[in-house]
This record gives sequence, structure tokens and C-alpha cells, in this order.
Amino acid sequence: MSHLTDLPVWAAIPVCLLLLGGSAITLVGSIGLIRLKTFYGRLHAPTLSSSAGTILICLASMIAFAVLQNRWIFHEVLIVLFVILTTPVTLMLLGQSALYRDRIEGSTDVPRKTTGPEPDLSAIDI
Amino acid sequence: MNELFIIWSILVSQILIGLAMACALFRIVRGPRAQDRILGLDALYINAMLLLLTFGIRTANSIYFESALIIALLGFVSSIAFAKFLMRGEVIE
Amino acid sequence: MRYWFPYPLLSLSLLALWLLINQSLSTGHILLGSTLGISWAWIMVNLQPDKTRLHKFRRIAVLTGHVAIDVVRSNLTVMRVILRSGSRPVNSGFVAIDLSLRDDNALALLACILTATPGTAWLEFDRQTGVLTIHVLDLENGARWSELIKRRYEAPLKEIFE
Repeated sequence: MSHLTDLPVWAAIPVCLLLLGGSAITLVGSIGLIRLKTFYGRLHAPTLSSSAGTILICLASMIAFAVLQNRWIFHEVLIVLFVILTTPVTLMLLGQSALYRDRIEGSTDVPRKTTGPEPDLSAIDI
Repeated sequence: MNELFIIWSILVSQILIGLAMACALFRIVRGPRAQDRILGLDALYINAMLLLLTFGIRTANSIYFESALIIALLGFVSSIAFAKFLMRGEVIE
Repeated sequence: MRYWFPYPLLSLSLLALWLLINQSLSTGHILLGSTLGISWAWIMVNLQPDKTRLHKFRRIAVLTGHVAIDVVRSNLTVMRVILRSGSRPVNSGFVAIDLSLRDDNALALLACILTATPGTAWLEFDRQTGVLTIHVLDLENGARWSELIKRRYEAPLKEIFE
């Protein structure tokens, strides 16, 4: 705690604003997880925290550490790159598997497979 | 004045991220289906990583970044494995 | 030369990643990182990824700028939709788009772009018919979305990769 208070005012203000903005966006994304009604709607909510929230909070910690310890800490760059690269892959796979499960159950609110044979129901032993 | 401001803003942002984690936890508990729970778990991972980052700023200690990086990695791998399991019924084909 | 260093760019970026993780520029770490980078490039040879040639680097810069603007804009839109969802029902739905893009790497990049921008989520792509199904959170009309994606992302990706 003692180190943090050494931060000069010109650096403290952007750090605080970035932190508050990032955490507020994260909270909005997670509220979306509760309030949106369908699964496919909820699929959009975590992208808020993974794109905007992560970038803002990582920027805040980069500024804070660059001013406090007088060296650039690049771990944040790694975290941002990693989260931005991996979240789409997770959500894509999750969306695909949800679509697959809904089709197997014969749900009517998902689009049918465009052409080709129907999904082969006999091979599934779940 | 300055110290008070920055300490309070870090505290407020930690509380906000904590509330976000509670929302994700609600989705995990509530369901209604398996894919909803996995989505909630993924959001919980990302929020936990952000919470660790704010702890890192608060204590000015860079050891928190290592754990944040590890949480990001493990969260990605586990969500992929869960999604794969939902689709095929097994993880490694 | 090409035999010993099959993927020079991949090796260099792995070396950069290694140095970033270790936060040091000492000789030992540079040696270790280059060994790792070169040996991983050989593993990559065995995986046999599709080789694509990139051209038109100006188009790449323009596309990156467009994606950044769209991510910011759609973040704001999705936040507004979520905060208002109590009073106003969310008008979301599926959109089917006919793509003429066939290159695997370009399709992967398009999938990442579409999923990374909040508000659109990639669901499935049929390789035979070329029909892509996406889910849109704030749907006004499907034709506008499909036209937007074709013009803003598919055309530049086609130019860059094919």
C-alpha cells in the first residue's frame, strides 16, 4: 500500500479512471449474463469484459508500474494478447456445441442445417 | 487527498469486479443448461484474472501477473475442453 | 537456409515471447529462446499448415483500423442493449450469410474478428454451400448485417489472402 501512494497526481488520475471504467464495463458484461434471456444472447456478454475490460485494466497497471518502478512491465501486453486471441475460440466452440445440442433435441428456435443430411442421431450415445 | 482518491478508486473497482464475479456465479448455479454453466465459468475466470490484476496494482507487486497469466491459460484450456465435451461426449478423439 | 529455418517469422515471435515472459535480455535467455523457436518451427513443419502469401500490407492496416473502430462501437452498443434490456425486449436473431471466401486462414481470421466484436457471434460455417450462420444481438434487419459484413470484412480479407 505504501508504494501506491507515491504515485504523482498526473499519473494517478488516468490510472483511477481506467480502473473504474474497466471494472464498470466488466460489471455490465456480467449483468448481461444474468439479464439476457436466451443462451445465444448471453454468448455476447463475456466479450465485453474480455475485450474492453481487460484492455483498460491492463493499461492502468502498465501506467502505474511504469511510473512507480520506472520500467515497463510487459506482462500486461502478454495478458491482453492472450485473452484477445483465446476468447473468440472458446466462444465459437461453445456456440457450435450449443447449436449442435439444440438441433439434436429438436428445438425449433434455432436455424435448421442449411443443406445436406440431418444430423445423424443414431451414432449419439450420450 | 491524492492517496485517499487512488485507494478508494481501487477499492471501488475491486468491489465492482467482485459483483461481476457474483453475477457469473449466479449463472453457474442457475443454469438452466450445461452450456450456460460453462459460459458462466468462462466469465468467472476472466473476472478473477482482472481482480488479480487490480490486486497487483494495489500492492505494487508484479508476482500477481504471473498468477493472472496462469489463470488466463488454464481458463482457456478448461473452457475448450468443456465445450468439446458437450459437442462430442469426449475430449480427445 | 529454408530447410533449417522453415518458419522464420514464427521462430522470431516465439523468441520475443520467451524474452517477454522472462523479462530479460541476457545471452543465456536469447540462446534458449532461439533454440526453442527453431525447434518449434520444425514441429510446425510436421503439422503442415496451409501456406498463404500475404500481400497488400496497406489493406491490412486499413482492416485493422476498421476492426478497432468496430470493437469500440459495438462495445458501446452492447452495453446500451444490456442496460436497457429491462424495459425494452432484446431483438436478437440468427443471420445467414453467403460467403465466397474459401481460404482456411482467412476464414479463421474472419471468425476471430466476428466473435471478438461484441454483438456478433460466429456459430457455424458450411464448407460445401459456403453459408455462414451468425447470431446478432441487436438485430435491425438481416440484410443490412449480411451486406455490412460482406463489404467491410470479406472483401478486404479476399484481397489480402487470395
